[in-house]
Amino acid sequence: MVKLIIPVSKPEEGAAGLTGIWRSFKPIIDQEKCKHCLMCWLYCPEGAIERIGEDKLTVKINYDYCKGCGICADICPFKAITMVREE
Amino acid sequence: MGVSKVLTGNYAVANAVKLAKVQVVAAYPITPQTTIVEKIAQFVENGELNAKYIRVESEHSAMAACIGASATGARAFTATSSHGLMYMSEVVWWAGLGKFPMVMAVVTRALAPPWSIWSEHNDVLAHRDCGWIIFFAEDNQEVLDLTIQSFRISEDEKVLQPVMVTLDAFILSHTATPVSIPNQSDVDGYLPPPGSRRLPFILDPANPLTHGNLAYPRNFMEFRYEIERSMGNARRIIVEAGREYGKITGRYYDSLIEPYRCSDADAVLICMGSSAGDAKDAVDILRDEGYNIGAVKLRTIRPFPYEELRDICRNKRIIGVVDRDYSFGFGGIMHGEIKSALSDLHIPVQGFIAGLGGRDIRVEDFIQMGRKLYHIIESGVGEFPPIWINLRREVFR
Amino acid sequence: MSISIRDLPLEEYVLLGNAACPGCPASIGLRMLGKALEGKFILVVPACCTSIIQGPYPKSAIKVPVLNIAFAASAATASGIRAGFEALGKKDVQVVVWAGDGGTADIGIQALSGAAERNENIIYICYDNEAYMNTGIQRSSATPYGAWTTTTWRGKTEFKKNVPLIMAAHRVPYVATASIAYPLDFIAKVRKAAKINGFKYIHLHAPCPTGWRFPSDKTIEVGRLAVLTGMWVLYEIENGVFRLTGVSKSLLDKSKRKPIEDYLKLQGRFSKISDEQIDLLKRHVDELWMEYKHLMESG
Repeated sequence: MVKLIIPVSKPEEGAAGLTGIWRSFKPIIDQEKCKHCLMCWLYCPEGAIERIGEDKLTVKINYDYCKGCGICADICPFKAITMVREE
Repeated sequence: MGVSKVLTGNYAVANAVKLAKVQVVAAYPITPQTTIVEKIAQFVENGELNAKYIRVESEHSAMAACIGASATGARAFTATSSHGLMYMSEVVWWAGLGKFPMVMAVVTRALAPPWSIWSEHNDVLAHRDCGWIIFFAEDNQEVLDLTIQSFRISEDEKVLQPVMVTLDAFILSHTATPVSIPNQSDVDGYLPPPGSRRLPFILDPANPLTHGNLAYPRNFMEFRYEIERSMGNARRIIVEAGREYGKITGRYYDSLIEPYRCSDADAVLICMGSSAGDAKDAVDILRDEGYNIGAVKLRTIRPFPYEELRDICRNKRIIGVVDRDYSFGFGGIMHGEIKSALSDLHIPVQGFIAGLGGRDIRVEDFIQMGRKLYHIIESGVGEFPPIWINLRREVFR
Repeated sequence: MSISIRDLPLEEYVLLGNAACPGCPASIGLRMLGKALEGKFILVVPACCTSIIQGPYPKSAIKVPVLNIAFAASAATASGIRAGFEALGKKDVQVVVWAGDGGTADIGIQALSGAAERNENIIYICYDNEAYMNTGIQRSSATPYGAWTTTTWRGKTEFKKNVPLIMAAHRVPYVATASIAYPLDFIAKVRKAAKINGFKYIHLHAPCPTGWRFPSDKTIEVGRLAVLTGMWVLYEIENGVFRLTGVSKSLLDKSKRKPIEDYLKLQGRFSKISDEQIDLLKRHVDELWMEYKHLMESG
């Protein structure tokens, strides 16, 4: 097999690095208020909201990659997500 | 060994495409290329060629479609000329730099204004640097033979670059001459099965790869060096493909150049394309007159036949280069290239500009050029800038 | 057939750590496209924001095969891919173009029109962020009237080119509009398109926080207001039959639409728009609705 140096890339997490460092505001989910509607999961541009638990209905933010855009907080019908300034 | 038919250069291309069992053809008309894609359309509609034929709305799209097809591993072909080549230029580069194997026939034609439909090599030479292997054909037999060989060269895993076969407008494209057409079964054995290529990469939903995303400077140069490696390999693969082709046709192509009566020559005239035949006739006449002259036809300009030319030109007293092209503010494009390739041999290299916009380059013109070379040997004085042959100087008075 | 959020595949085809701006609508659209087709497609990407979103070599943030191609060339390239697969006997591969509004409405429209006229069996999606965002917010023919861009400092003086209707005039089997603010409507349209043989065009409205000058958390809100004010209309044209979809179904009656100002005031790009310009914009929107009403009635 020939080794070719060609401009072909492989899909991999973190293609542009750990984008969590871009964040200036951090979304915090109040699990008490969460009604598992999954709107945050649907609208997150990054796919940085994970669905965990047996029924995959609990949402958890991946802070390694969350860019802190705030869409999840803005969109949440139950105001269960708040944006907190990063230290 | 096949059959002999009287074919125009354009029909020779079309027949080669049929024999190569091309799978995707993207076509847009331009004079004097059009009869290539017309003939192929007939082959496809008659069922003689089982190919997808995309009647695109521009040359830019023709090349883009060929890139798409090549990315699936299919064997792709298009043809164009002159303004068509310039219009598709961006994607011609994309094909070369992205390593997309395919073959394109280019009928050389002058660029406007003023409009001209006749031969000149500036259209092709504007694409000298874009990673394509570039052949110049001398006659219709060579057009057919090189087109078939091009598919093998392009798809060779040591090459994987697109290949351009160029033929001069009307002199070849529309002039019918006897052409020997190899048997389908011989070509089938000569070329890899169409669609069998897996390199350099294949679009496959089961293997999600991204072709061509951003590369930072720390990664970029290696892609360019890889193309240069492929071009280097192509020198060997072209010769190998030409020799193997000889085994099925009896017509051997074993060099990137074709020297004619050069071994004992003092002077050598270098040219390319359809005028090579006239150059050879001129050599014969000049030899009869006592001039020790030879001719060299460049079969490829990319890869540049560096070693071959140096071997031939070493020990000559003078070299003449005939350019059917011009780089304004510089001179003949091939003159510049050849002069640079021979620079350390300290041989005078005289440039001639001839045949722009399809003006005839006659045998007697080559004779004049040959005599001029001898005159320079005797006087020791060359001319720079190059000598324009058959320029109607009276119109400037 | 309605789709619920819970039915969507969990699998992501736009990977974490991509290079999109925070709040990027193209990322949302791409994510939904991936889920709609469950990753079973080839993506053709001309020069656009997604050229960057993929991230740099040797990694890619996109987990479907991607062929990047020159700005004007995407529809033709997709045609070639389609032809290549068919020649190789692989007839079941979806080929999707993912192009911006510049690559669609401006430089790519010739190849797009050609592919549509040939009725190529591909899906062409224009994600419309209404300017050349990747090069720094220059005006395109899809930029709306009155919008500031870096080449229209006093606001654009022409109205937005109506590309979906231009595509409909090609009489292709399927044309649809969609918005990233209504992902389920978009997904339904992509899935419908995937089942149709021939050329499919989907025009996806994509409010861009960077270029439209609104905070990154407002992408969805702005997208919704575009639809609720009637500035952007959700519809599909299937075999020539025009149909409003989603919330737009209830907005034919002008009184049901929110005031256009609600949409404009969220965006910095309209911060200097005059009342006269707003009036012109309103009249333009009304005219468009009249046109859609006519299409509905004649369909």
